[in-house]
Amino acid sequence: MQQSTNDTESQLDFVTILLYLLLVAAGFMCIYSSSHGTEGFKLNLETNYGKEIIWIVVSLVMGGLLFLIDARFFEVFSYAIYGICMGLLILVIFLGKEVNGARSWFELGGFRLQPAEFAKFGVSLALARYIGDMDVNLKRRRFQIITTGMIVLPILLIVLQGDAGSGLVFLSLLLVLYREGLSGAVLVIGLVALVLGVLTIAQGGTAVVIGVLAIIAVIVGFTYTNKAFLRKLALIAGSVVVYVVMVQIFFDKVLEPHQQIRIEVMLGLKEDPQGWGYNVNQSMIAIGSGGFLGKGYLKGTQTKGDFVPEQHTDFIFTSVGEEFGWVGTSAVVVLFVLLLLRIVHLAERQKNKFSRIYAYCVFSMLFFHVLINIGMTINLAPVIGIPLPFFSYGGSSMISFSLLLLLMVRLDANRGNELDSINY
Amino acid sequence: MRPDQSRSIVLRLAVILGGLILIIRLFYLQVVSDTYAQKSDRISKRIITDYPDRGLMTDRNGELIVFNADAYDLVVHLPMREKNLDTLAFCELLQINPEDYGPLLKTAKDHSFNGKGVFKKNLNAAEFARIQEGLYEFTDFEIETHADRKYAHSIAAHVLGYVAEISRRELEKDESKYYDAGEYLGKSGLEQFYEQQLRGIKGRKHYLVNNVGQIKEKVNDGKDDTEAIAGSPLEISIDAILQEYGELLMSGKTGSIVAIEPETGEILAMVSTPGYDPDEFAIKNLSQNYPRLVMDPGKPLLNRAVAAQYPPGSVFKLVMALIGLQEGVLTEETHFSCFGGFHMGSLTVRCHPHPSYPDLKYSLQTSCNAYYCNAFREILHQKKFANIEEGYNNWRGYLTRFGFGSTLGLDINQEKGGGVPTAEYFHKIHGRNQWSYVRIISLSIGQGELLLTPVQMANLAAIIANRGYFYTPHFARKIDGKSDIPKQFTEKHQTGVSPHHFATVVDAMASVVSGGTAAASRINGIEICGKTGTVQNPHGENHSMFIAFAPKDNPKIAIATVVENAGYGASWAAPISTLMIEKYINRDSTTTRPDLYRKITGTQPAGSSSGNNHSTVSHSTDSTHAAIDE
Repeated sequence: MQQSTNDTESQLDFVTILLYLLLVAAGFMCIYSSSHGTEGFKLNLETNYGKEIIWIVVSLVMGGLLFLIDARFFEVFSYAIYGICMGLLILVIFLGKEVNGARSWFELGGFRLQPAEFAKFGVSLALARYIGDMDVNLKRRRFQIITTGMIVLPILLIVLQGDAGSGLVFLSLLLVLYREGLSGAVLVIGLVALVLGVLTIAQGGTAVVIGVLAIIAVIVGFTYTNKAFLRKLALIAGSVVVYVVMVQIFFDKVLEPHQQIRIEVMLGLKEDPQGWGYNVNQSMIAIGSGGFLGKGYLKGTQTKGDFVPEQHTDFIFTSVGEEFGWVGTSAVVVLFVLLLLRIVHLAERQKNKFSRIYAYCVFSMLFFHVLINIGMTINLAPVIGIPLPFFSYGGSSMISFSLLLLLMVRLDANRGNELDSINY
Repeated sequence: MRPDQSRSIVLRLAVILGGLILIIRLFYLQVVSDTYAQKSDRISKRIITDYPDRGLMTDRNGELIVFNADAYDLVVHLPMREKNLDTLAFCELLQINPEDYGPLLKTAKDHSFNGKGVFKKNLNAAEFARIQEGLYEFTDFEIETHADRKYAHSIAAHVLGYVAEISRRELEKDESKYYDAGEYLGKSGLEQFYEQQLRGIKGRKHYLVNNVGQIKEKVNDGKDDTEAIAGSPLEISIDAILQEYGELLMSGKTGSIVAIEPETGEILAMVSTPGYDPDEFAIKNLSQNYPRLVMDPGKPLLNRAVAAQYPPGSVFKLVMALIGLQEGVLTEETHFSCFGGFHMGSLTVRCHPHPSYPDLKYSLQTSCNAYYCNAFREILHQKKFANIEEGYNNWRGYLTRFGFGSTLGLDINQEKGGGVPTAEYFHKIHGRNQWSYVRIISLSIGQGELLLTPVQMANLAAIIANRGYFYTPHFARKIDGKSDIPKQFTEKHQTGVSPHHFATVVDAMASVVSGGTAAASRINGIEICGKTGTVQNPHGENHSMFIAFAPKDNPKIAIATVVENAGYGASWAAPISTLMIEKYINRDSTTTRPDLYRKITGTQPAGSSSGNNHSTVSHSTDSTHAAIDE
């Protein structure tokens, strides 16, 4: 045990830590830019950037504490942590404070805490522990059901709070399952379903059905086929028709009008600059007006004029876009890409399955957040209200992502001592 | 058990692909497309315009004519940022009906430009004070000040022109992109012609605003801001006293007076009646008065001095005499017989009784028609011309050089060119060169297709006063205190008639006033040279015309007066002209001819003010109207 502590020091992955610190620093600059007001810099805890300093410090301290705790602690107590997180998710539905129609925040003496953010931590640990268990074979139905349940439970709870966006994040864990042996066909079918769904909403179900049937007819016409193949095609055609009809019904009958509009605006079917699309429109103006090099730090006209709603939280990327231009946005994207690639690299070098799966959980959720958050600021993704890790203002997101990432570094640093799994 | 590590490659590729998609999309938004930069400027920057004072106008003696007064507009910045405007409170502040709010806002939006539309124009002083006070609650709205025009004297409305809001078409035509919708510019007269000098240069202050339209700070520390530069004052050639006097003499009549300083071409007075008070067209009054004045059958907006065209009648004989002398076909001693008119086969151009064998001078004094019918033959059918076309074009060339047949190019709008037919025109009617002077005989006595504007007639008087040349008549004297007026007004135009040929004509004109047809209008102490004209008007009473200049030597003023439907030239146009000359030369408030003054101002000339106006009288080719000359 003593020895492992020493090893930790020598094996810290400084590349990850450096990327992390760069992102946090860049994020802080943007929060300062979007919330500094007319006065100069003041270490004032009333301001958002002042509070963000606290969150950064807390994150670093807590991250540091991780290194004082035995690496095995998290594996051993992973189910307990998962349980606590789920408990908080249930509690917040009853005790939470309602913000923007979602009851997903605890309010503690002026500070807000969002359990959904911390749930990422719990779910990752539990999933790593469960799948990492030598006896688990993902090909067996029983394990598939349990795994699915572990992921779906937090999604349900978070959706119940009225914060569907944060819930969707957990779907990204499909990537972990993929890495651990889930058939790639599941992902492909998922993607095809997504494309068909979008086409159904955009073009109408009838057109999609006709199109798919036409394609199948062409395939039948141009290929020699045996009966088995034809039967398969018929099955596919049948599934597509059922699916498209269901999507159409879901969209028309189940979704509320405001939800329909969100989706339509995102798909570019509707111009709605004064309504819901206002945020995205303002976001694109801010980013688009940055040009190649940006307007200069603290010189963004849209940032200064508070034109972008929720700029310091969900739309923090607009501040990068406006003040640092394409060079700045690309740099941030590249930093995230490097971090994600580094995480994959770390994951793959783990000898311990728990560590590897945990690292992939971190990877999946970070990837989802980055892709969707940046995507929504430039109208490539629907605005589902999830923060940009390390950038967006907010303690819950800052702390949970820091812990997620730093625990991975902690586990990685300990990899030399994890030749064998824990015996329970 | 442990799946293939190659799946990590797929995930790595997914990350790189995702990153590339974001970067490419960002490249499109930030570098390729410029619509967002434009939108950003539009919503986050606000340009506040400082309107400069428009240049003042003073007369040739420094008398103030046009100056400025403030006018206020309520403008709305678009798109409006305030989503929940308290419409009722706003309407109460403006004291308008809440039902009108929507339509007014729509109008403002429809006519908006550069993110700004005029919500309510030309607030009066009370409205301004009240609205200014409560407007801070409505950040999308703002009061803008601009100058309105005020007039020290109610004179010369046609000449001064007016200022009004820029029209959509003018905006589209404005290649310099100087104007914004809702701004004002000179629409006619001098206000229009000297718009660039008078308007000055707008100042522009650039501000950053926030999402609710409050000004945050100056853009770029104000480095792009410009100060307003006041418009240049314009000294115009009008003599306010003379102008006012002319308008008084012409009141109740239809017609015009144009007085020119021959030496410079500066227009001393230009009267067109019926007219209007320039204040009726001040910005704040325009919308109220415009429809009425446009519909008025008397056409008060028409500047008859430049836009009405009349056959010059006997006045034209002066030109014929000068051409004949220059061509060498007439001399002082040339006589033509006249037995009650000019007879040629079945053609007769009647003349009035006078001694039957006049010489040149006498022919002008008595205005003998037959003399000029003969002179026309001599001018057109000289041996040096191969055919009638050459002869005609030679004659027509003189007219062109006298400034007839096309616009002179004054510095006000509305000007018409009059009419001098081309040889081609007669070829078409009579066949190529199948015509002679007989066919166009009425031109010789200033009738037929010949049309002149009053300013062309006044310019003719100036040409004779100058003995052969003229400067394009104009109003600008000094711009911004300097004499560099547009250079077309300082170029001397020669007519091609030598100075020594003018003596006979000038002498004849002097005797017209001293003892001829205009003797009744003479002014003691001023040697006035003049020529009466009366043009038969098939639509009603004849038009009374007179052109003159004075003094005979070293002339100071050349003048032309036309009184429509007023009968003989001697009865109305001549006394009005001589009273004007007296006023200008003596600069005396009392006239030596109170009898004339009473007659002109006290009684209405027959048939005037009837309202309908044949400003343009045309005559058919072959009809030979007798000019009824005195």
